[in-house]
Amino acid sequence: MATLTLDSVSKVYKAARGKPVLAVDAVDMAVADGEIIGLLGSSGCGKTSTLRMIAGFEDVTSGHIEVGGRMIDNLLPAERNIAMAFEGYALYPPLRVRDNIGFALLRDRQPRAEVKRQVEEIAELLEIVPALDRYPPTISAGQQQRTSLARALIRKADVFLLDEPMSQLEPQLRAVLRARIKDWLITRKMTTVFVTHDQTEAIALADRIAVMEEGVLQQFASPDELKERPANLFVASFIGEPPMNLFEARVDRSRSGLGLAVLDAGGRPAFELRFPAEIAGLADGARVHLGMRPHRLRLGDRAGAVQGIVTSHSWLGDQTHVGVEIGGTECIIVAEGEVPARLGAQIAVEVPLRAVHLFDAEDGRALFHGAEAAS
Amino acid sequence: MERQTTTGRVVRVMLLTLVGLFFLFPIFWVLLMSFQTNQDILRIPPSIFFEPTLGNYKALISGRLESTAGVLEIRFMNNLMNSVILAVSSVALSLLLGIPAAYAFARFKFRLGEDIAFTLLSFRFAPPLLVLLPLAIYFQQMGLIDTYIGLIWVYQLITLPLILWIVRGYFEDISEDIEHAYRLDGNGWFKTFLHIAIPLAKPGIAAATLLSFIFAWNNFVFALILASADKQPVTVGALAFVTASGIQYGQIAASIVLSVTPTLLLALYAQRYLVEGLSLGAVKG
Repeated sequence: MATLTLDSVSKVYKAARGKPVLAVDAVDMAVADGEIIGLLGSSGCGKTSTLRMIAGFEDVTSGHIEVGGRMIDNLLPAERNIAMAFEGYALYPPLRVRDNIGFALLRDRQPRAEVKRQVEEIAELLEIVPALDRYPPTISAGQQQRTSLARALIRKADVFLLDEPMSQLEPQLRAVLRARIKDWLITRKMTTVFVTHDQTEAIALADRIAVMEEGVLQQFASPDELKERPANLFVASFIGEPPMNLFEARVDRSRSGLGLAVLDAGGRPAFELRFPAEIAGLADGARVHLGMRPHRLRLGDRAGAVQGIVTSHSWLGDQTHVGVEIGGTECIIVAEGEVPARLGAQIAVEVPLRAVHLFDAEDGRALFHGAEAAS
Repeated sequence: MERQTTTGRVVRVMLLTLVGLFFLFPIFWVLLMSFQTNQDILRIPPSIFFEPTLGNYKALISGRLESTAGVLEIRFMNNLMNSVILAVSSVALSLLLGIPAAYAFARFKFRLGEDIAFTLLSFRFAPPLLVLLPLAIYFQQMGLIDTYIGLIWVYQLITLPLILWIVRGYFEDISEDIEHAYRLDGNGWFKTFLHIAIPLAKPGIAAATLLSFIFAWNNFVFALILASADKQPVTVGALAFVTASGIQYGQIAASIVLSVTPTLLLALYAQRYLVEGLSLGAVKG
């Protein structure tokens, strides 16, 4: 219901002994009104610290946070008009689930009948109606988590913060609720930041995803953009399931088009790729990281395909993950439908330009995305 | 439920009875003694059949101890009142100071925090006799000797560290996020402390209150040295029963019964909260 701006926000934890820890390093983020943002990253990457600074439980070491153009980093949590669902649920134990959910509304002296109606509406949405008259310690972890989520979502706050909002739910329920929550957030234009380490959840729920690692915001972009144009090697390897195939390679411009000499783990030549398209900016002989999306590789013996041997084969019911050894390197290919490939059999792998991403060998920043050149 | 054999159940009951007898017999015997005359008590062999008398209680309440050597003035009721005043006010003051301090130690990291907490605990390390003499001299100079205020102040050495350390542990066990949630719902930290932290730590506060009350009630040596007859609690007052004409066992027993009663009532009352504490342990999901 308001914009949220992080202006080079940093967080340093001072340790009693030893060096101070830089948990969040100059994060810039501009969230539009009504936008849903996912904070994605591995444990300890600074995503929860960022969330807690927005809520006001942690001081901002440097930088500023604005909500709807209002500077909030010196306000008390109570004055920020922010709602949050906690990873540890943090329900009030002596209150029934019903009163937990309606707590903030009752505090604002809203009419009881109206609060009851709203509580029941959101309880129905999150499927916790049977638990409404019970006490938090007596219900399951999944129900507690949904209660905590309901307590946040029922409020009329400027910004909603959800910390691992669905980690305790079973997969089917999670898929159903994800869609319902997204619908709820969009229809009410609720500006939301949620933390997760589940990229499926981030991709399904978020308009834009902020990928964090070691306190640094690696990339802040739409799910599509993250997949097609990862800003660096970390984002490329982090986003995508199964993960991107990565190789060391050398650029070969001795002939026309783009040639890539792929190296195995020992640095010996493994196989070669050659694309006819003219691509500027890559110097002959430059060392790069080559990334290839498993979903973009194809099995099939057309011109330019490389030969390999099938080393693993798993049929997942709708697609097949095929592991192929090509000249001493391992590579995963995702094929639609069932693939009749025997272990040890010869197989040809087509590498379209769209599958290719190149990253700097030194600092890992993206040099080239095949999708840009191919379109 | 685990299924038990009949012999198992019988052995269980027998053992429980044995343990119960072992712990409760002295109390039962004192209760009997309080209704006996000194002659009945000193009879050999002792018997549980006697003619009950309320004489001991009468003597305590009227303050006149009649013995073979004559009538002796005792101020037992006055001592009992002193005990109540001293124990209740010391515990109340300790709660007032100790609970906010315990919360601060549990929630905030500040310079020397751990050292201050440890110093407070270390008050309980030193034997009271060691500090008593200098304390008595200072109190004399400050005019605090033989005053309730002086005694209550010294009693903080007993009650404050106990409350501080027990309650601190309970505060540390409460998820900080419950308080965070309450603060985001639009409440300041003081209201959070009052409405979230204290109610959730109630079992710990009850346990600490009970324990420190017992310690304060049972204190002997501080009151013996720092107070004169009209400010002394029952623990010191009981010395009066050792008279020139012998030890008044009957009155001693009666005074024990009377002086244990307040602590017992408090324990029974606080038990409710202690049990509640066990069920609240399931807060974390």
